[in-house]
Amino acid sequence: MSVFNQSRSNIIRLIFIGVFLVIVIQLFNLQVISGKYQKLAMDNAVYPKRIYPNRGIIYDRKGKAILNNTIMYDLTVTPSQVKNIDTLELCSFLEIDTAEFRKRINDARFKNGPVRPTVFEDLLPPAMQAKLEENIYKFPGFTLVERPVRVYPFNAAAHIMGYVGEVDSNILKRENFFYQLGDYVGRSGLEQRYEKVLMGQRGMNFLIKDNKNRIQGPYEKGMYDTPAVAGRNMRSYIDVEVQQLAEKLLKGKVGAVVAIEPKTGGIIAMASGPGFDPNELTGPYKQKNFNRLFLDVSSPLLNRAIKGQYAAGSTYKPLGALIALDEGVITPANGIGCTGAYYSCRRPVRCTEHWAGHASNLRLAIAHSCNSFFSNTFRLTVDNPKYNDNRIGLQKWSEYLNAFGLGHRLGVDLPSEDGGNIPDTTDYNKEYRGSWNSCTMVTLGIGQDKMLVTPLQMANSLCIVANKGYYYIPHFINRIDGETKEDTVLNKYRIKHEVLSHISDEDYETVHSGMQDVVDAGTGRVARIPGINICAKTGTAENYLMIEGKRTQLKDNSMFVSFAPRENPKIVVAVVVQNAGFGATWAGPIAALIMEKYLNDTLRTERLKEVERVSNANLMPGYLVRAQYRADSIRAYNWFKITKDTSVIKKYIKKAGVKSDTSQLPQDRKAPVVKNNPLIKPKDTSKFRPKSRIT
Amino acid sequence: MEHNPAISKGIDWVLVWIFIVLTSVGVLSIFAATYREGDDLIQGFFSLKTDYSKQLLYFGIAGILGTFILLTDSKFFTATANLWYAFGILLLLLVFPFHTSVKGTNSIIKFGSFNLQPAELCKVFVNLALAKYLSRVETDFKKTRSQLVASAIAIVPAILAVMQSETGLALVYFSFFLVMFREGLPAAILIVGFSLAVLVVATLLIEPNILAVILTVVALLTIYFLRRQIKRRRQLLFYIVTIWAFCVGVQRFAVPFMFDQVFQPYQVKRIYDTIGKDYVPKDASAALEIEQKNKGKKKGETGNYNVKQSKIAIGSGRILGKGLLSGTQTRYDFVPEQRTDFIFCTIGEGFGFVGSMVLMGIYFLLLMRIVSIAERQRSVFSRCYAYGVASVIFLHIAINICMTIGLAPVIGIPLPFISYGGTALLSFSVLLFILIRLDADRQMVLR
Repeated sequence: MSVFNQSRSNIIRLIFIGVFLVIVIQLFNLQVISGKYQKLAMDNAVYPKRIYPNRGIIYDRKGKAILNNTIMYDLTVTPSQVKNIDTLELCSFLEIDTAEFRKRINDARFKNGPVRPTVFEDLLPPAMQAKLEENIYKFPGFTLVERPVRVYPFNAAAHIMGYVGEVDSNILKRENFFYQLGDYVGRSGLEQRYEKVLMGQRGMNFLIKDNKNRIQGPYEKGMYDTPAVAGRNMRSYIDVEVQQLAEKLLKGKVGAVVAIEPKTGGIIAMASGPGFDPNELTGPYKQKNFNRLFLDVSSPLLNRAIKGQYAAGSTYKPLGALIALDEGVITPANGIGCTGAYYSCRRPVRCTEHWAGHASNLRLAIAHSCNSFFSNTFRLTVDNPKYNDNRIGLQKWSEYLNAFGLGHRLGVDLPSEDGGNIPDTTDYNKEYRGSWNSCTMVTLGIGQDKMLVTPLQMANSLCIVANKGYYYIPHFINRIDGETKEDTVLNKYRIKHEVLSHISDEDYETVHSGMQDVVDAGTGRVARIPGINICAKTGTAENYLMIEGKRTQLKDNSMFVSFAPRENPKIVVAVVVQNAGFGATWAGPIAALIMEKYLNDTLRTERLKEVERVSNANLMPGYLVRAQYRADSIRAYNWFKITKDTSVIKKYIKKAGVKSDTSQLPQDRKAPVVKNNPLIKPKDTSKFRPKSRIT
Repeated sequence: MEHNPAISKGIDWVLVWIFIVLTSVGVLSIFAATYREGDDLIQGFFSLKTDYSKQLLYFGIAGILGTFILLTDSKFFTATANLWYAFGILLLLLVFPFHTSVKGTNSIIKFGSFNLQPAELCKVFVNLALAKYLSRVETDFKKTRSQLVASAIAIVPAILAVMQSETGLALVYFSFFLVMFREGLPAAILIVGFSLAVLVVATLLIEPNILAVILTVVALLTIYFLRRQIKRRRQLLFYIVTIWAFCVGVQRFAVPFMFDQVFQPYQVKRIYDTIGKDYVPKDASAALEIEQKNKGKKKGETGNYNVKQSKIAIGSGRILGKGLLSGTQTRYDFVPEQRTDFIFCTIGEGFGFVGSMVLMGIYFLLLMRIVSIAERQRSVFSRCYAYGVASVIFLHIAINICMTIGLAPVIGIPLPFISYGGTALLSFSVLLFILIRLDADRQMVLR
């Protein structure tokens, strides 16, 4: 039998060889050809842990930290270790109920699994943290974890500093995946603009983890680890006390304050009203606060100093005078006779003064803000006989204003600045099909019509006037600690722009004198500070708004621009208070207080009362109440439509019983809330050219 | 081993050295898989508390046992083969009243700290008994009756093993069909068996109706090509139709029946995992059963997860490997059961393709050596026994390694001489040393 079956031993050998060959081929395939398994193994076992350095600190011009870092605590939970704890006690510490507690535990289990820690409650309020710290031993599985948070010791400069937040997908794409989900990044303000400087250099620790993602120790003894480098501190031009004062003065008002050091372009203060405390958006209640601010129709989150666009009004007049002087169409000594209005065009441009001789020369005309004089001056500039063509005249005029930094973004070191608007010939050619003359847009001469400027632009144009022709791009950051040649981010703010130095010093002096007269004897006497020569210009600009589909004229915007001291300008201030009446009533006192605070470093005791008076004045436009009500009720209605939850809408229906017209509100959704947003002025103001009655 | 001329005469030293090398590799691999930084090395190796020290102890016991076997007269094994077999079956039966449930198997009897797994040990006895039966002068292996008896010898312990939910170990007993094949079992049986396996796999992979159509087309084509022969022999047509009907029957009824009624849901799931299909439990109780089987494991840490991690471990070894104690996969518990069934991962990850090839080479050498030893035997008993050893070892290697590289379903059987486990190492050693003893006495004709 054995002989008979001899050949079968070879078949058995062949079977062995065959199976071994299959194994060898698969091993070759796995280990030599396919490269993906190595990466998979790394992903499995090596956990690249990012080390976040402290972000840089921002100091004011006197070395006080406006923006600093602090530690707050998150409560984390490792679900698998939670055993035999007094749930009720923990819930009472955290002020939640047991149902919420169970839900969060389940969420944590679902999100990160039972053996890894998950944030249970983030950014604990200090009182809660202290209570928990004492009792944490009672709750196995719960730990307090440090977390660096931004803090604002002066509760000021919210709009300037911006905030840090988690990256979103847009930023990830834009930055080419330099960041990772969960990273914190500057989302607005200086935090965003100087992100690269402030963030420092992230470090990387490679750690070994096991199959349950528990950390086992460093990978390859930390051979590939890189340490984190702290973010660099920055020194700014901001005077934090002035900033605080500006914000205090804008309380209860819609408007903006910008103060610039003209010699450097450094911004001393920039405030926007209504504002908010930056610490509101860092602590435990940040989401709640953010929602409140976000839903407020007066838009406290908006930085009106760079995003509010206003008709310049009479604050434009010094610029108009300089242009006309440089173009040679007027002389300082010549004036006009004004009897209360400018009648040369079809519609009269009214003037607040009508006594004889208030416009008999340039100085007087500026001091008393004569509308007739500047309407006339504008027409002379446009109809300049030198060019023999009003198109060239208007074009020249707009070029001058562009040189003054109006009509385009200045390039301040904050993101999303608005550019304002200076109309040129193409705008009017389009609108009037080429048939227009200097009368068509005569109110440009008093800063109305299509002219729109931001408070920052107003301040910057006055810097040029104060500097007699040059400016630096307004900016906040003076220098970065440990600055090297590679730090090019500040270079553009160190270039002197000699834009209008060709205007003669005499012309500037004339205008300065006129502006000084504004304070000494003219419209802006409220701004007088003993011992300092102040140059200023008031403004009272008409403004209109679409409210519920109707174009409504609102109370005039109160505006004020000034610089001081005249001989050696150290501060330029521009103030806008929306719908507050004459420039001298509210904007003037605010500017005066800010100049005094900055120049004298302190306020006289009798001026403190003035601070309180201005600060306590509530000048919020009345239509906001109604707009807020509309926005809220429409939201409630939409919420009701989605959820069928009547509790929210009931509130409004009840009120509707009192105010009969509001019952129709939900149907009236065709006029969306956004249009009624009073803060973003419609850009095309030409459709409702003002009846001119402006100072 | 003492170099005593009396015992060492005729001993095949190649096998002895392969045994030593493989077992040492095993201890080293277990060490690599379970050693953690900071453990005391010396204490670790001699405390008998760590797995590698225990394996080292078993290595020693295996050596002593081997020496005893070498000292035994080879006639002893032929004489007592049937007795051993009876003892083995008795042990297997004893498992039912005396087993301890360990990790989902019911096949272990505990003696103090020592776990005895009779199903593991029994293959030695089956091998002896089968060799004894085949070498009997009265046995005419051409007769169907003898073939059935021989099959029964192998299959009875397999059935007992299945009843102890040790499907993997049961599978091993089928390796004895290779021995029977060598001794004259018709090749057709192996071919039919293989075809049946292909049919079952195809049933799982292909939509039932499509497979039925394919089978019909194949049958029709066969009839078409064999039409001349069929004209001559009408019977042939009948055979073809019968085979077709059988195949369709298997595909339509037998396999679904097996999967629904015979296999446990978790086993079905493992088979589905291997062929890369999603298994949808037929009802809630089946789903529950799978869940209970996977209880205590992380979500996803099922058969599929094991194979995936094992493939990652082996694949990430690349050509030269990460080095001993540097494998991240095997050292941080990503691969489950890595001391026992998935021990090959440690070698694949630590020593890469080269290391795996060396190990495969050693195994190949072992198998080829045993086959050539078998062929040089003059006694049928020794030859049958040698083939039995080769077949058992071969099946273990093939299934274990195929499982770790994703070619076979996850079946828990050890890698010979390398996997951690006392019973397994001892039974393989005994299996091998009896062969060495028998081979040493190959000149003795009559047995």
